[in-house]
Amino acid sequence: MPKLSIDGTEIEVVEGTTVLRACEQAGVEIPRFCFHERLSIAGNCRMCLVEQVGVPKPLASCAMPVTDGMQILTRSERVQAAREGVMEFLLVNHPLDCPICDQGGECDLQDQALYYGRVRSRYREAKRAVTDKDFGPLVKTVMTRCIHCTRCVRFMDEVAGVPELGTMGRGEDMEIVAALDGCLHSELSGNIVDLCPVGALTSKPYAFAARPWELSHTESVDVLDAAGSAIRIDSRDGRVLRVLPRVNEEINEEWIGDRARYAVDGLVVRRLDRPWLRADGAFRPVTWETALAAVATALQAAAPERTAALTGDLAGLEGMTALADLMRARGVDSVDCRQDGGAFGPGEPASWRFNASIAGIDRADAVLLIGTNPRREAPVINARFRKRWRAAGIPIARVGPVTDLTYPVTELGAEPVVLAELAQGSHPFAEVLGQARYPLIVVGSGALARPDGAVVLGLARQLADTVGAAGAAWNGFSVLQRSAARAGGLELGIVPADGGLDASGMQAAAREGRLDFLYLLGADEIDPEAFRDTFTVYQGHHADRGARHADVLLPGAAYTEQEATYVNTEGRPQQARPAHPPPGNARPDWKIFVALARELGSPLSYESLDGLRSRIEAAVPHLADIDQLPPPPPPPLAPFGDPDGALDAAPFEEIVPDYYRTCPISRASATMAACARAVADA
Amino acid sequence: MSGGAELFPGPDRAAAEEILGRYPSVHRQSAVLPLLDLAQRRNGGWLPPAVVDAVGDYLDMPSMRVRELVTFYSMFHDRPVGRYLVQVCRTTPCWLRGSDEVLAGAREELGIAPGETTPDGRFTLIEVECLGACADAPVVQINDDYHERLDGEQMRAWLRDQRRPEDD
Ligand code: SF4
Ligand code: FES
Ligand code: FES
Repeated sequence: MPKLSIDGTEIEVVEGTTVLRACEQAGVEIPRFCFHERLSIAGNCRMCLVEQVGVPKPLASCAMPVTDGMQILTRSERVQAAREGVMEFLLVNHPLDCPICDQGGECDLQDQALYYGRVRSRYREAKRAVTDKDFGPLVKTVMTRCIHCTRCVRFMDEVAGVPELGTMGRGEDMEIVAALDGCLHSELSGNIVDLCPVGALTSKPYAFAARPWELSHTESVDVLDAAGSAIRIDSRDGRVLRVLPRVNEEINEEWIGDRARYAVDGLVVRRLDRPWLRADGAFRPVTWETALAAVATALQAAAPERTAALTGDLAGLEGMTALADLMRARGVDSVDCRQDGGAFGPGEPASWRFNASIAGIDRADAVLLIGTNPRREAPVINARFRKRWRAAGIPIARVGPVTDLTYPVTELGAEPVVLAELAQGSHPFAEVLGQARYPLIVVGSGALARPDGAVVLGLARQLADTVGAAGAAWNGFSVLQRSAARAGGLELGIVPADGGLDASGMQAAAREGRLDFLYLLGADEIDPEAFRDTFTVYQGHHADRGARHADVLLPGAAYTEQEATYVNTEGRPQQARPAHPPPGNARPDWKIFVALARELGSPLSYESLDGLRSRIEAAVPHLADIDQLPPPPPPPLAPFGDPDGALDAAPFEEIVPDYYRTCPISRASATMAACARAVADA
Repeated sequence: MSGGAELFPGPDRAAAEEILGRYPSVHRQSAVLPLLDLAQRRNGGWLPPAVVDAVGDYLDMPSMRVRELVTFYSMFHDRPVGRYLVQVCRTTPCWLRGSDEVLAGAREELGIAPGETTPDGRFTLIEVECLGACADAPVVQINDDYHERLDGEQMRAWLRDQRRPEDD
């Protein structure tokens, strides 16, 4: 391992380390614009210049590998002069428009000009001006501010896998352009706003909305897909203004999908902010007392076997637990968390978790995707597949419809019978998986929601045995959920008890007049037509689909407004935290159930959040281990699903036709609607 | 890896394959510059967008990466040029040795400004930076040939010669 000295301090680093990294390890900060640890090295901004003793010219530390015996100076006069010089050149063409620039206050150029630049400008000549480009509804461009670091180009090329940005021309004429005007065809495009070190790329929906120092920051977790990306919610005066990613190496690294980032404008429209009661066909606003009394009366009048409750895709553990407790206390067996009817093996956690873990993708050496489009169902996980493919060129195959996943995929066809061949080991790709040390089998939630979902699950499980993917050291059998509530609901066992109805059973019973009372907790992904004649209570934050035929609407809180625990597709419990209280008379979900239980005269065993969380921990201990992967079920992996059942002939289908609109929040978002339009137009 | 047949028809096919053969087959993309040059020669001295995309397809490269190269290198042209591309060097050594006069001669003879093409499509005049032949300044590059130690009158005479109708 080479040794070098940095400002006189000796340090030993791993072979191949760059000087910039070595400086970081020694605790010395090196200014930079183009360098980014998750992108390839470009070495074009020259801000990272340092001095090597005995070498006539300063060197770009980001691109220079350490050699033994180097003596690096980062604070010498020459380095200071070099930095001043680079800053001066960068500012030659950079406009002095910080007062009207959204990057102001969180701008690398501003900060580094302050620390490393000259006090005043000597430049008297004309500055260049560059025409702005149209990058679509999410990314605003002010291209005169661009310093040509090419971070945006490299991100799109390397991480997103959508090489739609490029540099045109050279020298003073260089410009960043998009292949097509009006849209970047990536679900990760918003990340270039974070990467741009200046104000050339800023958030279009957030334009001129706030200054960074006015915002309150809330560390939370994204729930608009099931990856569980770490986010920071920035809010002001009771309103969420933007969402940014936080670093979580085990899940999203430092990226988030465009829906996670930009759907939040949907939080303030079409909101339920007070209780409503339907009378003579029309809704009228009522007080909480009246609404809860109406719900209690209807619930008491309904027989338990004619009563049901369904939880939605954005529900937290606390709300689901309180609702299930309330229902079960009344002897109601028909409680379900699977709106789409996903055929997970109840009681078998391995049948609904991404057992290999998201970080485990970095080890996988052969991947099979079954009925899933990870690019649309969880873009940050898809980026991880791409990263793995770029690093190791692993074979990736798919049973399902053909779409561009941003890496090469061997298409095995969309017919489910292929899965049977794989499970029996008669398909050539089974051999590829069999030879792999870390074979990864990813089953999409859509594939399990088919009428033959149990068979698909069983065959995928059998395939894991056939190829040796379900061992004690590595369990590559992995389910990719797309709803943030699903894994949590399953961990809690929110499925019908013996004799109870599941989601489709509830619909059938309602159609036949056998259902008198239905409680929907934000269940908006199910066709509510069947519930026309059932007394339906809808509790949620948006009066979305589920509210259509409801008789009572109870205003709940969105994920940015309440303390709630979610379980991501890996089975990892995570905490969402409120950035502000819910609007108007809306209340956190669990509190509504506590109040309703009191109204019914049979209070729940807890009245506080702590009490409720203790109750959850008592039932499923690992749900209290926030941010930790769940303990894997003891090997060998139990059998689940129904491998001997009959497969449908119908091919696997795309289950997320529109990435931008998948939930009540994103459906209410004007930004997401604009994205969907831009994609359709392009 | 498509488009090869239409992109480089007939004998060019062999030329293209010879170029590809100079690089390891896992690094096909290394051939992009000579292939762009070949394509430009076969397309009247410039690279229409469809040809740029076809080169990208041929080499399995995103077309954005190829477009970047075409705009980066001054020897590729993304707009039509005349049959004679007259490139007058204006960097210091040539300038000290009278490139202004050479340029003035070309402008007068052709009746166009740098960056323009004569209406008959015969000549395009541009100014360029150092052509690497400063010892014989001032230098003008016309298509593949260097014309060295020129003065304004020689420039004019040469251009006048190319106007002779028997060339057509
Ligand atoms: S737009 Fe921003 S990220 Fe892209 S090259 Fe310019 S300065 Fe860098
Ligand atoms: S950070 Fe090293 S050259 Fe840009
Ligand atoms: S300056 Fe003209 S050839 Fe070098």
